[in-house]
Amino acid sequence: MFFLFLVLETISLTLIVRYNNFQRVNVLNSSNVLAGSIYNRYNSVIEYFSLKKINEKLAAENANLRNELLGILHTDLEESAQKMINNELFTSISAKVINNSVNKQYNYLTLNKGSKHGIHPDMGVICSQGVVGVVINVSANYSTVLSVLNGRWSLNARLNGSNHFGPLKWEGQNPYIAILEEIPYHVNIFENEEVVTSGYSNIFPENIMIGRVVRTEHEQGAAFQNIWVQLSTDFQQLSYVEVIEKKSKAEQFELENTISNE
Amino acid sequence: MNKKPVWYIALFIIVVLIQVLFMNNMQFSKFVNPYFYVLFILLMPVSTPRYAMLLLGFVLGLCIDVFSNTPGIHTSATVFMAFLRPVVVNPSTIDDADVILPVSIVHFGFWWFVKYAGILILLHHLFLFFIEMFTFDHFFTTLSRSFLSAIFTFVFVVISQFLMFRK
Repeated sequence: MFFLFLVLETISLTLIVRYNNFQRVNVLNSSNVLAGSIYNRYNSVIEYFSLKKINEKLAAENANLRNELLGILHTDLEESAQKMINNELFTSISAKVINNSVNKQYNYLTLNKGSKHGIHPDMGVICSQGVVGVVINVSANYSTVLSVLNGRWSLNARLNGSNHFGPLKWEGQNPYIAILEEIPYHVNIFENEEVVTSGYSNIFPENIMIGRVVRTEHEQGAAFQNIWVQLSTDFQQLSYVEVIEKKSKAEQFELENTISNE
Repeated sequence: MNKKPVWYIALFIIVVLIQVLFMNNMQFSKFVNPYFYVLFILLMPVSTPRYAMLLLGFVLGLCIDVFSNTPGIHTSATVFMAFLRPVVVNPSTIDDADVILPVSIVHFGFWWFVKYAGILILLHHLFLFFIEMFTFDHFFTTLSRSFLSAIFTFVFVVISQFLMFRK
């Protein structure tokens, strides 16, 4: 009996430790057919209770977009054309969050769209408030997203004022706070300074909002300082998100590969 | 009264659904997440063979893991709990007529059940939260998270007893 116990414990501990190898096994996560459809059905019921909030958010986003549009119309044509070209590089697919958590060490989301709708792993996920996460698993109709609130992931972020960049990692407990690391200690940082995506990875375009600086900490003798960032996305209230992909990703990847192969 | 296998199957499905749809979304605070699904292990008759308990624990944990994207974490904790249950309750100390019944407050008495459920839930939660952190750093934070969540799980388990088994 003790033997069976050891066998079962070994299997489950292997699942934990070798997590990254199993990550691509579709059956063992919430994007599989059964879990996905249960979450989807449940969500279509409880969605009614949050319709008001969703509405308010959409209205706010609408107003923002209108402002931006006015801004574009009033700037000179060349600049706005450039802006449009930049935006063209990314395509986006709208999806609904059907399952979400914020109080675990490793938080994930499940979306109601999958490979059938053009979603595949490594696409970025954003919402009107800012960055949300990255797709890791897809089935035909559902996909699983690694949230920013997940210790297994860090995101390349840039300080908007000074242009310094470094990895941003979730703090681990508070769903509103992440830590930006590896910023040289001589860099002056202002409170409330914007932190945005760097655009150096293929997952997110440049300048997507991540959050604002709340405080900094510099350990004695360390070359870097840590920066506490208040995340702009409210992960507890996520409802609709955009899944985005760089169109020229394959091309860039190929190009970069030829360099590393030399 | 004695229950048919189909009752246990229904119980299994219900506790999994309650866990993934309600309990996982319950946020009293960032510290607390009740793991109500352990109710299934708690209610299995004392006479259940040990190997069956271990396998059931494995399947139950795996189901919860699949839904919450935590491969292995709940599985290991639930197998651990299923393994310890016969250590906590010695079947020979239970009345012969009672060993085939689902464990309940009604048949086993309030304080007996409190002790039994309390110990097993706490052991399960301690194992679960430390495995989830995978380190003994933040030892006291993890410890308090386990205790707080265990209290909530325990309250839900006791409430469910009064809803499921009426005299």
